Amino acid sequence: MAPRTLYDKIWDAHVAHQADDGTCLLYIDRHLVHEVTSPQAFEGLRMTGRKVRAPEKTIAVPDHNVPTTLDRLKGIDNEESRIQVDALDTNAREFGVVYYPVDDVRQGIVHIIGPEQGWTLPGMTIVCGDSHTATHGAFGSLAHGIGTSEVEHVLATQTLIQKKSKNMKVEITGHLSPGVTAKDITLAVIGETGTAGGTGYVIEYCGEAIRNLSMEGRMTVCNMAIEGGARAGMIAPDETTFKYCNGRPNAPSGKTWDAALDYWKTLFSDGDAHFDKVITMKGENIAPVVTWGTSPEDVLPITASVPAADDFKGGKVAAAQRSLDYMGLTPGTRLQDVTIDAVFIGSCTNGRIEDLRAAAKVVEGKKIQEGLIAMVVPGSGLVRLQAEQEGLADVFKNAGFEWRLAGCSMCLGMNPDQLGPQVRCASTSNRNFEGRQGRESRTHLMSPAMAAAAALTGKLTDVREII
Amino acid sequence: MEKFEKLTAIAAPMPLINIDTDMIIPKQFLKTIKRTGLGVSAFYEMRYNLDGSNKPDFVLNKEAYKDANILVAGDNFGCGSSREHAPWALLDFGIRCVISTSFADIFYNNCFKNGILPVIVTEEQLRLLMKDAEKGSNSRMVVDLENQNIETSDGDVITFDVDQHSKHCLINGLDDIGLTLEKVVSIDAFETKMAQSAPWV
Ligand code: SF4
Repeated sequence: MAPRTLYDKIWDAHVAHQADDGTCLLYIDRHLVHEVTSPQAFEGLRMTGRKVRAPEKTIAVPDHNVPTTLDRLKGIDNEESRIQVDALDTNAREFGVVYYPVDDVRQGIVHIIGPEQGWTLPGMTIVCGDSHTATHGAFGSLAHGIGTSEVEHVLATQTLIQKKSKNMKVEITGHLSPGVTAKDITLAVIGETGTAGGTGYVIEYCGEAIRNLSMEGRMTVCNMAIEGGARAGMIAPDETTFKYCNGRPNAPSGKTWDAALDYWKTLFSDGDAHFDKVITMKGENIAPVVTWGTSPEDVLPITASVPAADDFKGGKVAAAQRSLDYMGLTPGTRLQDVTIDAVFIGSCTNGRIEDLRAAAKVVEGKKIQEGLIAMVVPGSGLVRLQAEQEGLADVFKNAGFEWRLAGCSMCLGMNPDQLGPQVRCASTSNRNFEGRQGRESRTHLMSPAMAAAAALTGKLTDVREII
Repeated sequence: MEKFEKLTAIAAPMPLINIDTDMIIPKQFLKTIKRTGLGVSAFYEMRYNLDGSNKPDFVLNKEAYKDANILVAGDNFGCGSSREHAPWALLDFGIRCVISTSFADIFYNNCFKNGILPVIVTEEQLRLLMKDAEKGSNSRMVVDLENQNIETSDGDVITFDVDQHSKHCLINGLDDIGLTLEKVVSIDAFETKMAQSAPWV
């Protein structure tokens, strides 16, 4: 057989039907569902009298709209949010899918609880009506976002009509310097390739610096593959992956585990497999980075200064000027001199236990700047619980952060956690689009450690000067 | 889904790159549980002032483009989230065709599922079409899916590529799920095979 990439192997193993023109029906192993992109899909099933084909492979959880304040069990004030969460509740129960309601300790951001509960495993095809489904690729699975029509298609048929993407390899060699994390890797890659650099590709991340990442770090890297335009990002599974999966509630055990493991160990790109595009970066050359503009590709090392629109070419000149105006930044200003009003630590990019540990380490025993809006929102109820047991919650609270319940929260502010106009936020989320965290709000993306450092000084800060 | 065969319409120029899904339809409008009614909120923050009044500079607020059915936009249109609310909002506004040098993957797919034709052209072709769109309500662009070409008001013709399966569905207004369910035997067989070879799935 011709040498194949990891993506090729998983693709081949899931083609349930291939038409003459090459269009495939790809079988879907796990379908994750949240309240925002699913109501119209369930309604479609109801209207056509169709059922969910594989309810045991369909996992639903409310995350985008749920309040993260401690009193949330008394109900959602915003009527539209409440209707959407209620619709998921009704749909999940009526169609009999796996469901973690808002009062379940296992509730959380869909991309955090999939891996946590062992639904996400190597070699699987995983979809969700959410672009950050790419996160699950960290396990060596093929995972990507779909639209609501496709959600309905998967619910009804457990397949997706697909054409194969091209293969792209992103290799990060060597070691990361102190203070540099998975978030810096993924932002630096987007800074290098641009937000359309991965369009039409599935990215495989590899290299020593990737191998050395924990599963949490790998999820952070793959999570933002979509910001680079790629359909999916993936990392070949290894001992780190297997160790993470072993013992999870929905992972196999006993003989089935052994059989699964034998198969998972075949999931890597063959030595001479063909990649249509290759990017290589040295781990040593990656600095702690932040974004300055309104596109995730607007990435600079924290030691740099705000660029001018003229520094760019083509259509980017106008876009950069628009970003500068929106962000209220003057070219030439040192990024470290930019003062912030808010800090958000959380999201499916950086709401896992390791992220909270990294942030807590920076703020431990210290106080954040007075007057800052600052919140830590764990990615799931179980992350929250673990953080409390490890004493991280106290570290955050003592430093002056709000300690919230699990949800998407201020990553996109569909719940009450929103920023006001011109409020500038150091955020560990994944998108700095105009209006993302609240109308006319200003987002700077960075790692949890960098966001924690910014909370201490009230400015964009080089975490290396603190640790 | 409404069929798409041939569209003769006003095209609105949006020469901005990276128009993302948050710009097309901000999050506060994702709370609907319906597919319709999003047109008034399309491009909300670019289109309306904080007090709800129209921003006169925004292209779709201009008299000449109020009835545009085609958008001619800069590179990487539709990047960002998977929200199908983006094409729903465009469709509800009346947009049936978007032309750009590139589209984000999920948005591109979502268009076809909703009767919107996304057309990819070269940079040079985009410049030509953008110029034509700038003529306003006096000009009409003709997008012919069957013959895979676009004719400008000056009679210039540009041909484009489109996936044949998507084209077939769009021209005939076909529902994917119905088509897939015709292959249920293949899906059953695959599932049975997998249950034996990979029981952990
Ligand atoms: S945390 Fe943010 S990016 Fe992740 S699923 Fe929620 S809204 Fe989307």
